[in-house]
Amino acid sequence: MEYRKRKSLNQSSAFWLLKIMSFIVVGILFCILGFIIINGFQAISWDFLTKMPEDGMTKGGILPAIIGTLCLTAGSMIFAFPIGVLSGIYLNEYAGKGWVVKLIRTMTNNLGSIPSIVFGLFGMSLFVNTLGFGDSIIAGSLTLGLLALPVVIRTTEEALKQIDVSYRHGSLALGATKLQTTVKVVLPMAFPNIITGLILSIGRVSGETAPIMFTAVAYFLPMLPSSIFDQVMALPYHLYVISTSGTDIEASRTMAYGTAFVLVAIVLILNLFANALRRYFSNKVKTN
Amino acid sequence: MNRKMFRGKKYFIEALWEGLLKISGSVTSIIIILIILFLFSEGMGLFKNNIVEDGYVVAVNSKNKIENLSPQQIKDIFDSKIVSWKELGVDVSEDEIIIFRLDDVTNYVSEEEIGENLENLPKILNQILEDNPNMIAFIPESYTKSNFSSKILDLGNIKISDFLSGKEWFPTASPAPQFGVVPIVLGTLWVSLGAILIALPFGLAVSIYSAELASNRLHKIIKPIIELLAGIPSVVYGFFGLIVIVPLIQKVFNLDVGETGLAGSIVLAIMALPTIITIAEDALRSTPRAMKEASLALGANKWQTIVKVTIPYSISGITAGVVLGIGRAIGETMAVLMVTGNAAVIPHTLLEPVRTIPATIAAELGEAPKGGAHYEALFVLGCILFIITLIINLVVEYISSKNKNKVA
Amino acid sequence: MYNIETKDVNFYYGDFHALKNITMSIEPNSVTAFIGPSGCGKSTFLRLFNRMNDLIPDTKLEGKVLIGGKDIYKKDILVDQLRKQVGMVFQKPNPFPKSIFENVAYGLRVNGEKNNKLIEERVVESLKGAALWEEVKDKLKKSAFELSGGQQQRLCIARALAIEPTVILMDEPASALDPISTLKIEELIFELKKDYTIVIVTHNMQQAARVSDMTAFFYLGELIEYDNTSKIFTNPSKEATQNYVTGRFG
Repeated sequence: MEYRKRKSLNQSSAFWLLKIMSFIVVGILFCILGFIIINGFQAISWDFLTKMPEDGMTKGGILPAIIGTLCLTAGSMIFAFPIGVLSGIYLNEYAGKGWVVKLIRTMTNNLGSIPSIVFGLFGMSLFVNTLGFGDSIIAGSLTLGLLALPVVIRTTEEALKQIDVSYRHGSLALGATKLQTTVKVVLPMAFPNIITGLILSIGRVSGETAPIMFTAVAYFLPMLPSSIFDQVMALPYHLYVISTSGTDIEASRTMAYGTAFVLVAIVLILNLFANALRRYFSNKVKTN
Repeated sequence: MNRKMFRGKKYFIEALWEGLLKISGSVTSIIIILIILFLFSEGMGLFKNNIVEDGYVVAVNSKNKIENLSPQQIKDIFDSKIVSWKELGVDVSEDEIIIFRLDDVTNYVSEEEIGENLENLPKILNQILEDNPNMIAFIPESYTKSNFSSKILDLGNIKISDFLSGKEWFPTASPAPQFGVVPIVLGTLWVSLGAILIALPFGLAVSIYSAELASNRLHKIIKPIIELLAGIPSVVYGFFGLIVIVPLIQKVFNLDVGETGLAGSIVLAIMALPTIITIAEDALRSTPRAMKEASLALGANKWQTIVKVTIPYSISGITAGVVLGIGRAIGETMAVLMVTGNAAVIPHTLLEPVRTIPATIAAELGEAPKGGAHYEALFVLGCILFIITLIINLVVEYISSKNKNKVA
Repeated sequence: MYNIETKDVNFYYGDFHALKNITMSIEPNSVTAFIGPSGCGKSTFLRLFNRMNDLIPDTKLEGKVLIGGKDIYKKDILVDQLRKQVGMVFQKPNPFPKSIFENVAYGLRVNGEKNNKLIEERVVESLKGAALWEEVKDKLKKSAFELSGGQQQRLCIARALAIEPTVILMDEPASALDPISTLKIEELIFELKKDYTIVIVTHNMQQAARVSDMTAFFYLGELIEYDNTSKIFTNPSKEATQNYVTGRFG
C-alpha cells in the first residue's frame, strides 16, 4: 500500500514538473515570436518595404536588403538544388554499401555540421580572392549554396527512403531499367516530400549571415544590383548592422524591429506554404 | 530494328545518367577537401610570419647576451611590465631596460643631425644602441641593412605552441601582435557549456512531455512551433537577446554591462532547444510500442516505464541530439557576436564579457588586411573550429551507429 | 521440353547458405506451387527466375538457371529484357501512383512502345485477361489507389500480362487479401495457365492444393520433394513433407 502511494505520487509530481518545464519553454518561444511580430508589425509599411534606407539607415526602407537577400537565396538554390537532388538520388538509389559510399556519406554529414562562419572563411578565400569574384552576389550565392547542399541532399534522401521498395521492384520486374524506375516511379512519389523539404531549406538559407558577411554584402548601398558581380545589402546582415553598429542605434530601433519582422515573416510564410503543400499532396493521393 | 536502336539509346542514357549521379554524389567530398585545403593553407601561413610586425626588427646592444624573446615577453617589455634584464635571465651592466622606438630618436639627437632625407638615421640608431648597453629597440629593418654593428635579435617565426598556449589575443598589438588562442577557446567552451546546461533539462522535459504525455491536439500545436523556431535566423535571436536578455541580465545581476557569457549561453540555449527537442523526441518515439506495453502490463506505471524502458532504449538517440546541439552552439556566430560583449580575456565567471571563436572571426575578418598575420590567424581559428566540429560529428556518428547495431 | 530448368543451384546471402543443390524442371503451361515454412528459401528460389536477387547486395549464385533453354545468368543477358519475358506479381499489391490505364501501360512504355493504339489494345486485353475489365472499364483514368486490395492485385497481374511474358512468378499473391478476393485470384490463375507458365509461392496449403499441378516442398534451403500436387498432398514419399502438409510443424 505504502509503496503504491509513493509510486503514484512520484509519477504525478514528475509529470507536473515536465508539464511546467514544457510550458515555460513553449511560453518563451511564444514570447520571442510575439515580441518580434508585435514590435515589428508597427514598423511595417509600404514605404518600408519599397524605399531605400535614408538618414544613416535610421529612416526610409529596406528595399535593397530585400532584393539582395532574394538574389543571394535564389542564386544559392540554382546551385544547390540540382546537385543536391542528384546527389541524394545517387546515395539512396544507386550507391551500394562499399567504403566509397560510406566515405561520401560521412563527408556529407560533416559538410552539414561545419559552422556557417567557416563557410564564410572558405568562400572568401576561394570565391572572393582566388577566383577573383570580389564581394559579389555570385560569391555569396555559391557560399550559401555550399551550406545548403547537405540540407538538400538529406531532404532528398529522406524523401526517397520513405518510398517502399516494393514499388521499385514492381517496376524493375516489368523490365524497366533503373533510370526508368527512378524517374517514372520513385521520383514522382517522393516529389511532395522533396519539394516541401526544399522550401524549408530556402528559409534557412535566406536568414544566414556569417557566410555572406565577407563574400557578398555591403554595409550600406542605396541602389539595386545590376549584375551578379555586384555587392548587395542583405536582410540578416542589415539587422546585425543597425542593431549593433549603426550610426545611431537608438534611432534605428524601429528599422531593426521591422527588419527582424520581415526575416521571421519569410520563414513563417515558407513554413505555412510547405505545410499547405504537404496537406494538398496528401489529399491528392487520398482522393485520386 | 527500331527496337534495337531504342535499346541501344536506352543503355547509353542509363550510363550517362549514372555518371552524372556519381559526379554529383562526390561533390560534397570535393568541397570538404577544398575547404580543408584553403583553410589550412591560408592558416598555416601564420606560422611563416615573424613574431614582430613585418619590416621591423628588435635590436639590442652588441654586448647584450639575450638570444630569444617570446611574443609575450616582447609585449610585456614594451608595455613596461618587464623592466629589468634580470627578469629575462641576462646580466647587463645597467639592469633597467630602456625601450626605444623610432619616434624616440629626437630625444637623443637633433633633427639636423638626422639630416633632411634621414640619410644619417641608420648610423645614429646604431650609435644610440651602442651607447646604451641596457637598451632594446624596435626599428624598421631597412635602417639596419649596412654597417649595423648592434645585435639584431633572431626571434624566428610565430610558433604553433605559442599560438595554442598564448593567453592573450591582441592581434593589433605593436611591436609584437599577440595570437594566444586560450581565452577564445575557453570563451567558446564556457558559453557552449552554459548553453547546454540550460538547454538539456528543458529540452529533455519538452521532448518527454511531447512524445509521451501530450495529447494529440497539444502535440499538433507544439510541433510546428518548434519546427518554426528551428528555422528562425540566428541574427533574429541575437537581436532578441540584445534587446531583451542583455538588459535583463544587467539589471538582475547589477552589472556595468549586460553583454556577458551568460547572455550568450541563454540565447544559445534557446537556439539549441529545437534541435535537441526534435531529435530526442524522435528517439523516444522510436521505442517499440510492444516494449512499453510489456512494462505497463507488468504493473509499472507510466513514469516508471518512461524512466526504466523508454529513456534507456532511446538514450543513444538522445545523446546524439545533445552532442549535435553542443556542436551547433560551438559553431554559432551571429547571436553570440551580438550578446557576449566580445572581450578577448580569459573568463572567470559567466557574468563577464567573453568572446568565442566564430564571433572573433566574424568581428575581425573585415578589419584584417588580406594576407597579413592577423588575417591568417583568423583562418587558423577557422581550422580549430573545423576540427572541433569534425570531432563532434564523428562522435555523433559513432553514437548513432551503435544505436543501429542495438536495434538490429 | 521444359520452360524453366535449374541445375545444382546454390545461393548465398553473405555466408548464409540459403539454397542447397536444387535441381528442378518446370513444364510450360502448368502451375507449380512452392510450399514450405518461412525462411525455407522458396521465395529466394522464385526470385532467381527473374534475377530480382541481383538487387540484394552481397549475394552469390552457383549452378545454372535456364529459361526457354537459355542460361539467364550468362554475361550477355540483358536483365530488363529477361524481366520482360518473366513477369512477377508481389506479395502486397504495389500499383504505381498512376491511373489504372497507365499502370498497365507502364511496362510497354518503359520497353519502348510508342504506338498509342497498340498500347490501348494491349491494356484492354490485359485487363480482360486479369478479369478486371468489367470492374474498371469506366474509370481507366482514375488513380489505381481507388481500387480495393483484391482489384489492385489483379491490376498488378494485368500489368504483368501486358508485356507478354511467357512465365509469371507469383510471390504469395493472395496473402494480403480477403477470402473472396483470394478466390478470384485463384480462378484467374487457373485461367492463365492456358497461356503462361505460372510459378507460385504460397503459405496456404489449401491454395497450393487447389490451383497447382505440381508442388515443390522446401525445407531449410533444400528441395525435399517435388511431384504431382495430388501425390504431395495425399501420399508424399518423404516424412518431412507428410508432417508439413498435415500441419504437424511449420
